[in-house]
Amino acid sequence: MTLPAETSTTTAALSLRGVVKQFDEVRAVDGLDLDVPAGICMGLLGPNGAGKSTTMRMLTGQAVPTAGTIEVLGHEIPRQSKQARARMGVVPQRENLDDDLTVRQNVTMWATLLRVPRRTRDDAVDRALGAAQLTDRSGSRASTLSGGMRRRLLIARALVHEPSLVLLDEPTVGLDPQVRGDIWALIDRLRASGVTVLMSTHYIEEAERLCDDVAVMAHGRVIARGAPATLVAQHAGVEALEVYGSPGRLEQVEGLVAPHGFPTRRTGPSVSVLRAEALPLSLVDAIGDAVRRPANLEDVFVLLTGERLED
Amino acid sequence: MADITASDRVRAVEPTAFAGVLTREITIFSRFWMSTTFGSIVEPTINLVAFGFGFGALVSTVQGIPYVQFIGTGIVALAVLFSSAFAGMYDTYVKRYYMKTYDGILATPVDVPELFLAEATWIALKAGVFGCVPLLVAMAFGLPPSWGMLAVPFIGFITGFGFALLGMWFSAIVPSMDSFTYVQSALLTPLLLLSGVYFPITSFPSWVQTLAQVNPLYHCVNLVRDAVFGWQWPQAIYDVAVIVAFAVIMGFLAISALRRRLID
Repeated sequence: MTLPAETSTTTAALSLRGVVKQFDEVRAVDGLDLDVPAGICMGLLGPNGAGKSTTMRMLTGQAVPTAGTIEVLGHEIPRQSKQARARMGVVPQRENLDDDLTVRQNVTMWATLLRVPRRTRDDAVDRALGAAQLTDRSGSRASTLSGGMRRRLLIARALVHEPSLVLLDEPTVGLDPQVRGDIWALIDRLRASGVTVLMSTHYIEEAERLCDDVAVMAHGRVIARGAPATLVAQHAGVEALEVYGSPGRLEQVEGLVAPHGFPTRRTGPSVSVLRAEALPLSLVDAIGDAVRRPANLEDVFVLLTGERLED
Repeated sequence: MADITASDRVRAVEPTAFAGVLTREITIFSRFWMSTTFGSIVEPTINLVAFGFGFGALVSTVQGIPYVQFIGTGIVALAVLFSSAFAGMYDTYVKRYYMKTYDGILATPVDVPELFLAEATWIALKAGVFGCVPLLVAMAFGLPPSWGMLAVPFIGFITGFGFALLGMWFSAIVPSMDSFTYVQSALLTPLLLLSGVYFPITSFPSWVQTLAQVNPLYHCVNLVRDAVFGWQWPQAIYDVAVIVAFAVIMGFLAISALRRRLID
């Protein structure tokens, strides 16, 4: 019934060393090093194509690395991936619920696959449905649920065996802002209960709100790592000065600050001058009409990669 | 730590994982048994009635057996083939490609061989049951019951297991679902005509008869007629051996092709 226990060789919930994943033409993951200590919520932040999903799939043995070593919950992946999967909950980006079954049947089926013993299965399903606030919908067909509820059901399914590690691949992609808040609250409760969470996202706000630690990914590598606030302070400073205007006006602002070494970035109809807390007053006057705002992770990301996160 | 290679993956089939996948299928079947069962029962029944009476009026007996009984026992193989090969092709393709069901299951402690051997077992169990339907209909038309008929679900199961895996193999190698019509016309229909379901293969030239020896469906038909009209040893053992060998080969092909599709 149970898989043989393996003693953990590290205190990290998971660790990747020099991991490479080469598809025919594309190197999706290119020398990835990452350690995630137990009990934190870790965010993988990066644009589409940064290698986040491939990394997630390698952790469950659904993609086999071309090179490097992976350890999850003390198990070597992919050799002992089954033992690791028994203690992991996986919430996929692409929904794969059984639409014609009830909410409860969906979770019960997963309880069987995840080897929850028969005698505790009903209680486990109740608890998972409760955690995802789906108890009063347990008899409804999955196809009748709203988008947010479907996502909560996907999460409930992944929690039914009380995993030590939960992987969430873009947990709120495509959801309304209000619904997104519900999912965030659920993830936050999960983290508070001591479960290690690894989530991929390309939403800045999501990473800032939920993650204790963020790894910024680009081109299959981690290019920066730290608590969101620390990363911002380190790379983007305290404030940014945002100027809206015609392309000519934006170019003029860029020309003004460039000689003084202040980084800038374009966002549609605006330009942001980063590290604005250090701008000399004369320069601020020269720029003219502008809005001051706190520096954020997106600034960090653009500074580090020269790419934008959200499309 | 040792180098990671795909061949290091756990290959053993654990009963727990196997049972988990089977339980899932049973849960879903409990919801859809009507529609799934309907086609699998109606199709062979229509075949039996149409051929039994249409042809039966022209041909009274074949090999000393009343034609309606000859075709009734033959149609068992058709029922098994249709319920297993089509489920193997279409259901597996839809669950893998559109519903992403297998991606979900493979993120739980279930490996590729466990998943697909359980899926094939479930299809084969249904094929074993559906295979009995034509026999029951034939009995209503005067086929005398015999003890040997109790072997028919087992014959249906082993044949269905092989054809389910054949369908699964094709589901993993076709570029899209449209290609299944080629499998049906270029492979399944010839196999059916070359199996002795409708008429004895002795009507064919000898080289075609030789070809039939490697047709698992031909051996399925042989076994069913044996079960009903009397066993012929050692031919029956040879029939079982061909069907089992077919299933083993299809198992290897299906599992390795599906692994390539599902594990990057």
